[in-house]
Amino acid sequence: MGDIRVMRDDLKPPPPTERRHLLSVADLSRDDIERLLATARNFSRTLEREMKKLPTLRGRLVVNVFFESSTRTSSSFELAAKRLSADTMSIKSSGSAVDKGESLKDTALTLGAYDPDVIVMRHPQIGASHFVAKVTAAHVVNAGDGKHQHPTQALLDLYTLHEEFGRIEGLHVAIVGDVLHSRVARSLIQALDLVGARTTLVGPPTLLPRGVEAMGCETSTDIASIGAADVVYVLRMQRERMLEGANYVPSLREYTERWGVTPERLRAGQKVMHPGPMNRGVEIDPRVADAADALIETQVRAGLVTRMAVLYDLLTSGPVGVKAAQLTEVA
Amino acid sequence: MLFAKAAPGENLIVRGARVLDPAGKVDGVLDVRVDGGTIAELGSRLDPNNHRVVEAEGLTLAPAFVDPHVHLRTPGREDEETIASGTQAAAAGGYCAILAMPNTDPVVDSAAVLGSLAETAEAEAEVPVGFLAAISKGLEGGELTEMAELADAGAAGFSDDGRPVATPGLMRRALQYGAVANRPLALHCEEPTLSRSGQMHEGAVSAELGFAGYPSVAESLMVERDLSLAAYEGRPVHLLHLSARESVEAVRTARAAGVQATAEVTPHHLCLTDEAVRTLDSNLKMNPPLRSVDDRGALVEGIRDGTIAAIATDHAPHARHEKDVPFEAAPFGVTGLETAFAALYTHLVEPGLVKLELLLERMSAGPAAIFGLPAPRIAVGEPANLVLLDTKGGWRVQEDGFRSRSSNSWLLGQRLTGKVRMTVAAGRTVFEA
Repeated sequence: MGDIRVMRDDLKPPPPTERRHLLSVADLSRDDIERLLATARNFSRTLEREMKKLPTLRGRLVVNVFFESSTRTSSSFELAAKRLSADTMSIKSSGSAVDKGESLKDTALTLGAYDPDVIVMRHPQIGASHFVAKVTAAHVVNAGDGKHQHPTQALLDLYTLHEEFGRIEGLHVAIVGDVLHSRVARSLIQALDLVGARTTLVGPPTLLPRGVEAMGCETSTDIASIGAADVVYVLRMQRERMLEGANYVPSLREYTERWGVTPERLRAGQKVMHPGPMNRGVEIDPRVADAADALIETQVRAGLVTRMAVLYDLLTSGPVGVKAAQLTEVA
Repeated sequence: MLFAKAAPGENLIVRGARVLDPAGKVDGVLDVRVDGGTIAELGSRLDPNNHRVVEAEGLTLAPAFVDPHVHLRTPGREDEETIASGTQAAAAGGYCAILAMPNTDPVVDSAAVLGSLAETAEAEAEVPVGFLAAISKGLEGGELTEMAELADAGAAGFSDDGRPVATPGLMRRALQYGAVANRPLALHCEEPTLSRSGQMHEGAVSAELGFAGYPSVAESLMVERDLSLAAYEGRPVHLLHLSARESVEAVRTARAAGVQATAEVTPHHLCLTDEAVRTLDSNLKMNPPLRSVDDRGALVEGIRDGTIAAIATDHAPHARHEKDVPFEAAPFGVTGLETAFAALYTHLVEPGLVKLELLLERMSAGPAAIFGLPAPRIAVGEPANLVLLDTKGGWRVQEDGFRSRSSNSWLLGQRLTGKVRMTVAAGRTVFEA
């Protein structure tokens, strides 16, 4: 009898999507990540000038479609597109045809009819941007799909780490909190694994997904295990995702008591990151959030240049790092 | 009780096929003569004698298949499937009998609804179809249906499929009172407080993709409850679409201890694992979900050793626009009638996991026995229920190739080996390709 573990080729998952889209960190190679970060660093130099706008994407159309609320992601994508001279259009679910029950497919086809170059999409359902990528001709950037992926957040986090430490390989990052409901954590775990950093997930057992270690990380339920990390990455306690009666934690009070990131639980000089928006006093002590070792504002600034790099990378081809450097000279 | 269009039996000779009836211990190149819908002679070089002759050299003639678990969506969702289209799909898949689940709108929970379905089937069913009735009124898990009257009206069995009988108290009453109706109880095993909003198997893949997990223990815990109640009451139970290793092990143990438990498994659970869900294709979303490679191994082993006696498609048609959405928004369920044999031949027989003879038995005599239906046989005097198979024939599954009204198949675009060339059901040719 044959081996049950052999799956026939046609039933295996398809190879990663071609680099027309940015849907998941799982689609990226280490080279892709390094190229994107190098491009972002080039853009950050242009932003130090008086004239911050580059002509690079003049005449291109970037459509931002946000089916979930967002401040920093939607604003930084919009600004990134504008800094590169692209035309932008923003659509939110409330007040759009989605309110009238339009399907995602029809929304995507409608937007596709304007021939956008890029559709940036956030949606509460896993795989929504993959779905839109299948039905439109535009490049699609996943700005968050349910609990699945938020690849530009992971890229900006890597950018931030590189700015702070001058390297990412070999760093030890402790991700603390509600991993189960976090697309930020999923993208970041994959990205850190890809560039050779070490990741430890720390949180209540109910919020650490079963089987998550296969993604290339360790897990711990003891907050003391953040002590060994170079960086403590605090996740938002996603109260809006907690189903009634799900009992992931008995109370927020007990969560904060056990897993809240406080000055007492940090080593001197230990860096702290948070994807925002923060619940001060829940997952993060306000003193930690406001301390000099917090890299939270750096993350927000990194968001802009990283998203510029992503838009640029999708809409141009060739050795992007080099070309971006040249462009910054002429701009 | 099965219902179908009344039609005269045919006169037919199938010439030169490998005749393979594992249960009847027939295996040889033979001609089969059918007179008026009944098998009249097996031999070589039979005289045509005005019979229609089907040349079948190089093909395999087997007892036609029996599917104990189909959703015909009628009444209520005739846009997805009708008795006519569903039985045509069954014919194309090599089936001579199918059983339809009662989770329709309205639910098949009264003799009136059942009677109207039987009447429709007698007008339009290409292959004989039986109807299960609900265990609880409206599938709500509150009150038992009038099981005795439903049995008299022809119910093939009872099931709240799509949902578990959530309380052990009602499940026990169904087992006790079910003795009066004396029809199989077919149970969907799912502990709802564990499956909750689960979208796929809980494991490494769901951890990575972020889907809410539907753990295997949500099934096996309910399997164990129902086996305990069946043992206590000394009544038989049939467990639908097993997916988890622990469930197979529980059934094996219970059977060894004398519990009258039977079980079925779907082609997709036998062929796929949760790895396939990485594609985010909504045609890989079903309940129970695709599970791990270990679970798949246990299901195949269950088929081999007889713990699982039946392969059932759980054919679940869905409208195109309802599946053409992100995975999380899609309803559970995939079609299966027209692809079951080819999928299983390609993924189990060709790689050497299951022998063809065993597959044929689990698709025909196995399920028939569970529901007290006569097993299709290739023997003189038996009604002609035959499927002619081309085990070398390759084909590609295409959206426009289905007789079903729906095309939410997990196999779209795939190349399969194994083609149904002809189906004879109740003495009549119902499909020919």
